[in-house]
Amino acid sequence: MEAYWHWFCSVLAGEPGLQEKLLERYGTPGAVFTAEEKELEANFVKSRIRIAELCRSRKAWDFGKEEEALRKKGIRFVSREHPDFPRRLLEIPGSPGGLFVKGRLPAGESPAVAVVGARECSAYGRNAALWFGRVLAENGVQVISGMARGIDGFGQWGALQGKGETFAVLGSGADVCYPARNRELYLRLEREGGILSENPPGTPPLKHLFPLRNRLISGLADAVLVIEAKEKSGSLITADLALEQGKDVYAVPGRLKDALSSGCHNLIRQGAGLAVSPEKLLEDLQLFPKNRTLKEEKNKMALESSEDLVYSCLSLQAINLDAVCSRTKLPPQEVLGILTRLELKGYAREIYKNYYARVS
Amino acid sequence: MFSKVWSAALNGMEVYPVRVEADISEGMPQLLMVGYLSSEVKEAGERVRTALRNTGILLPPKRITVNLAPAGIRKAGTRFDLPVAAAILASLEKIPLESLSGIMLAGELSLNGQVLRIPGVLSLAEAAREKGLRCCIVPKGNEEEGAVLEGIDVVGVSSVAELLEVLRHPKQAKPARIDARKLLALEQENEEEDFSQIHGQAALRRAAEVAAAGMHNFLMIGPPGSGKTMIARRIPGILPPLSLEESLEITKIYSIAGLLPEDRPLMTKRPFRSPHHTVTAEALAGGGRIPSPGEISLSSRGILFLDELPEFHRSALEILRQPLEEHCISISRSSGTYRFPAEFMLVAAMNPCACGYFPDRNRCRCREWEVDRYLGKLSRPLLDRIDICTEAPRISYEELAGNRREESSARIRERVKAAHRIQQERYRGLSIHFNAYLSGKAVGRYCPLGRKEGELLKEAFGKLNLSARAYHKVIKVSRTIADLEQEEGIQERHILEALSYRAPERDAWSGEV
Repeated sequence: MEAYWHWFCSVLAGEPGLQEKLLERYGTPGAVFTAEEKELEANFVKSRIRIAELCRSRKAWDFGKEEEALRKKGIRFVSREHPDFPRRLLEIPGSPGGLFVKGRLPAGESPAVAVVGARECSAYGRNAALWFGRVLAENGVQVISGMARGIDGFGQWGALQGKGETFAVLGSGADVCYPARNRELYLRLEREGGILSENPPGTPPLKHLFPLRNRLISGLADAVLVIEAKEKSGSLITADLALEQGKDVYAVPGRLKDALSSGCHNLIRQGAGLAVSPEKLLEDLQLFPKNRTLKEEKNKMALESSEDLVYSCLSLQAINLDAVCSRTKLPPQEVLGILTRLELKGYAREIYKNYYARVS
Repeated sequence: MFSKVWSAALNGMEVYPVRVEADISEGMPQLLMVGYLSSEVKEAGERVRTALRNTGILLPPKRITVNLAPAGIRKAGTRFDLPVAAAILASLEKIPLESLSGIMLAGELSLNGQVLRIPGVLSLAEAAREKGLRCCIVPKGNEEEGAVLEGIDVVGVSSVAELLEVLRHPKQAKPARIDARKLLALEQENEEEDFSQIHGQAALRRAAEVAAAGMHNFLMIGPPGSGKTMIARRIPGILPPLSLEESLEITKIYSIAGLLPEDRPLMTKRPFRSPHHTVTAEALAGGGRIPSPGEISLSSRGILFLDELPEFHRSALEILRQPLEEHCISISRSSGTYRFPAEFMLVAAMNPCACGYFPDRNRCRCREWEVDRYLGKLSRPLLDRIDICTEAPRISYEELAGNRREESSARIRERVKAAHRIQQERYRGLSIHFNAYLSGKAVGRYCPLGRKEGELLKEAFGKLNLSARAYHKVIKVSRTIADLEQEEGIQERHILEALSYRAPERDAWSGEV
């Protein structure tokens, strides 16, 4: 049966609607494979181009060869009928026929949170994503995201830092690293987490595939956390899908009037949960994994008074040197020295030249 | 009759003596010029013949041969008109033969007998002094320029008639006298461009001061209108005034480039050159068949300001690498290798991204890779040679409108001067003068670190991912900060401040965490 599913998902990639209709009529991919060509054409006049393709592929498809090709790429195919297929995905509208997987699959019994947000994020968003990703992962929550630039990637980096489970759902094939500059993250996810895609290997990152994969990101999670989104943002699509799927949506608040805050603020206005810290988020989600206790945020730090003064000016939002100087009333050479020391101690980070943020 | 006189040829920055010989003999009437000459030197014959006729001296219908020795080296330029005329005059016995001994001549002739200005007179006078000659005869317009040199008489002539006068009655010739030291001392502070006009920007001012104190290369990153150019223009004003040697060196370069103003025989201010970003590699380094000094040599002992650094052609920027390391530039041509001084302080300014507002996400529309690409236009080797990198933040209205008295250039200059003095003391007898010029090996010798300081640097090296060059850079900058404080040893606080001036990582913004 898996072999038929594999064929079915490969040929009809990116067409969840047609997949659903075909299954409604014939029941199983096996039945679609053996159905009469004329009958298929007659029943699906609207999608005759895809049906013609499908019929052609039935003749060309070599089950043994295709399986071998997958195995060589280190990719596993899991159909919706397979016991390992994530339970959560069975329940969503437009549930995929199967998944192509590199690495592991998310576990159904552990909680999962999707972390999504803007690609062009600010230092604040980056810090927040790292922080939420790390703390959630440390507490046994699986972090689901799309491995995109910006918030997605940082959320997953955070989860890797927290030595937890994290899974990426790609719009391209599972063997295509997109964006290319996230190569390092991709390699780590392959080893320490999982890379999932409903599209067959080799699928390029086509534009129309991304909104489709968003339904899987929210579908795999118990809740969706949005960190930084502009008024019109792809992350808001994910949030809408999550609501359709009956999942909770949480948003991290930003600074008023920041373009990157408006999407999150709109979500909060519409009733999304307010995510003020990962600990509070865990509480809200009733996600107290057994045998684990919430880790306390380190508050006690051995800082000298002047270091403390400078540290108190820093936040998740990047602040520039001049602002620190004018707030602390210290000369720049001294502030620079203290900031470098905080950086070396791991409490601060230079985000860009002379822009500093607190390390969460 | 045979006669000879000294002149000198320019070859890049070098001047070498040329003996101009003339001989008049019976034969086919003609004026023959030999000695591996470029066409403008060959044409000297026609200019000299006409200029002499217009002064009332007719060349006899005889065979006149002029040779420029050593005949194996190519000679170019119009500077040989005057010595050729003098040699011919002596051969014609219009002037006594011995009047040409012990003097050097150079100058261009106009057809009516006037003597025109030429470049490189200061170098010529220096060469004459080195050869032990007693007097230089140069165009009137170049007289003062040569006269700033002590130990040799420089006489200016404005026409062939005057030349005859001077050569016939050498006793009555009046050499020009210029007191170079007085000229230098007269130089007033530039009141138009002063650090007191810069409001706020305390951190940027500090960084500029440290850069000036050690002649460190300096990069400012900031949005448009944040005062980067304003700061750059004021940096010459906080550097110590020129010494006589420095001033002569700069004057020589400008004189050879033909850029010395007629009314200013001596360069009394530190150069500030700001070539436009469309400048070619040749214009920056020095170009031409026989190269003449380019922008980097013209800014020697001063500031080379490159505004909008990433907009410069890659080839032009990469030219800077050798001079930034060796403080001179070698240009190779088929005719030989030419060396020009390039002991400049590089001051550069750039926007953080193409639109200029990164990391302000409300205004900056650039994608993260666009920001990276913008910074990526600067090669790592070039960034590695910039010791001090800082942000030029946007000025708030309060700072702009506030009438807080800011510190003046003069006061900053005092501190910078003191730091320079300490460095001169430390590097006495060496070819380097400033901390910025220390090589990796010399850093260990002249900037020893204490145990605590060494450990701090070791920690930073690992945590901040420093390269070997960055490591030496941090120590050099720390040394300068300590010199500013007149501190004997480098302290931890100096290192910490120096660390904060390192250049941004290319992928600082994205990718790895």
